[in-house]
Amino acid sequence: MSYIMEIMPLMMQGLRTTIWVFVFTGLLSIPLGMIICTLRLSKSKILQGTMQLYILIVRGTPLLLQLIFVFFGLVYVGIVLDRGTAVLIAFTLNYAAYFAEIFRGGVMSISEGQYEASKVLGLSKRDTYFGVILPQVFKRVLPPVGNELITLVKDTSLVYVLGLGDVIRAAKTLSNTQASLMPIVVAGVIYLVLIAIVTYLLRRTEIKYNYYR
Amino acid sequence: MLKVENLSKSFGDKKVLENINFEVNKGDIAIITGPSGVGKTTLIRCLSSLEKYDSGKIEISERREEKQYPVGLVFQGFNLFPHLSALENITFPLIKVKKHSKEKAEKQAKELLASLGLEGLEESYEYQLSGGQKQRVAIARALALNPEYLCFDEPTSALDSELREDVGEMLRGIAKKGTGVIVITHDKIFAEKYATKLYELGEQLELRNS
Repeated sequence: MSYIMEIMPLMMQGLRTTIWVFVFTGLLSIPLGMIICTLRLSKSKILQGTMQLYILIVRGTPLLLQLIFVFFGLVYVGIVLDRGTAVLIAFTLNYAAYFAEIFRGGVMSISEGQYEASKVLGLSKRDTYFGVILPQVFKRVLPPVGNELITLVKDTSLVYVLGLGDVIRAAKTLSNTQASLMPIVVAGVIYLVLIAIVTYLLRRTEIKYNYYR
Repeated sequence: MLKVENLSKSFGDKKVLENINFEVNKGDIAIITGPSGVGKTTLIRCLSSLEKYDSGKIEISERREEKQYPVGLVFQGFNLFPHLSALENITFPLIKVKKHSKEKAEKQAKELLASLGLEGLEESYEYQLSGGQKQRVAIARALALNPEYLCFDEPTSALDSELREDVGEMLRGIAKKGTGVIVITHDKIFAEKYATKLYELGEQLELRNS
């Protein structure tokens, strides 16, 4: 126990990085995903094509590689970013693509009848989208969005590649210097607790939306 | 008066409606029968601006007020908004389209629901309502916007036979208040009983009796 207390300060420092990457990526990539989804579903062939290409590139290459590209690669075109900014940009752009596809699935699952009823009632496109379609999409996309958020908690460990210290990096350092596996086990428990909290919050949100079917 | 002149509509090469002519006055219950696939639904979708037609005219004269959609439609499947309560299904368009205040919209919606026998169901959601109740909420939602004409797509298809009479009486009530009612149905017994103008759609739309 005293050993665990001893390694905790360093682990907690790592945890701070894990949490801010998770929270800010979540806050930025979900709205960006909605915007990308809207553009992807727009009537303009150019916008559709651009978004498709963007999604293909992001989903077709590893996040690790994207992190390296944003931080080291952009230097060659004169864009120098600090590590934290590079991490947030790469994570946000990556997760937004996945969220956009989840939202697109949600929007497409709403029956044509909902649009037609809105039209016959004289609702504007804006009122139809924000008042009729989106609230129903939210309910439907909650499970897959939850999946992505849980994956995001674990993906934050990739920041080590840019030299940021997260939970895993702290654990590995401690494990190496003290020749013990214990820090790795503690890191595992920390992730499990984080994900349990996220799962609980998602479940609460789902229950909130359970008032209709 | 709602006057349809030489209305034609094709989907690709398939002619669905060809030179359709008919008139409906406010207070009429015009019922159009005909076998499946003859274009009945397409016809009322054209009337309620859901479908563009290829040629012909739909004219509406002596309008109470100028607005974009003077013809309402009660869908066969009702298409209620599942995330909104029965009351909100009616108030949402009233607030957004008619720009009513929330209080005014709620007052009107409650009166309408009560007039259709739905007191106490204001806070119910679609999944909590029976077929007949859903239909009445859909009717209330359409009536709230004060349409000049209201179309019904197969209003008796989702109902038990006892409820058919209720629907018929409801249509009479709506027509009596000065809204033109246009119904498509394959239910000939219902049509003959309640129509003030009975049409049959085959190759052409023919007036059976008036």
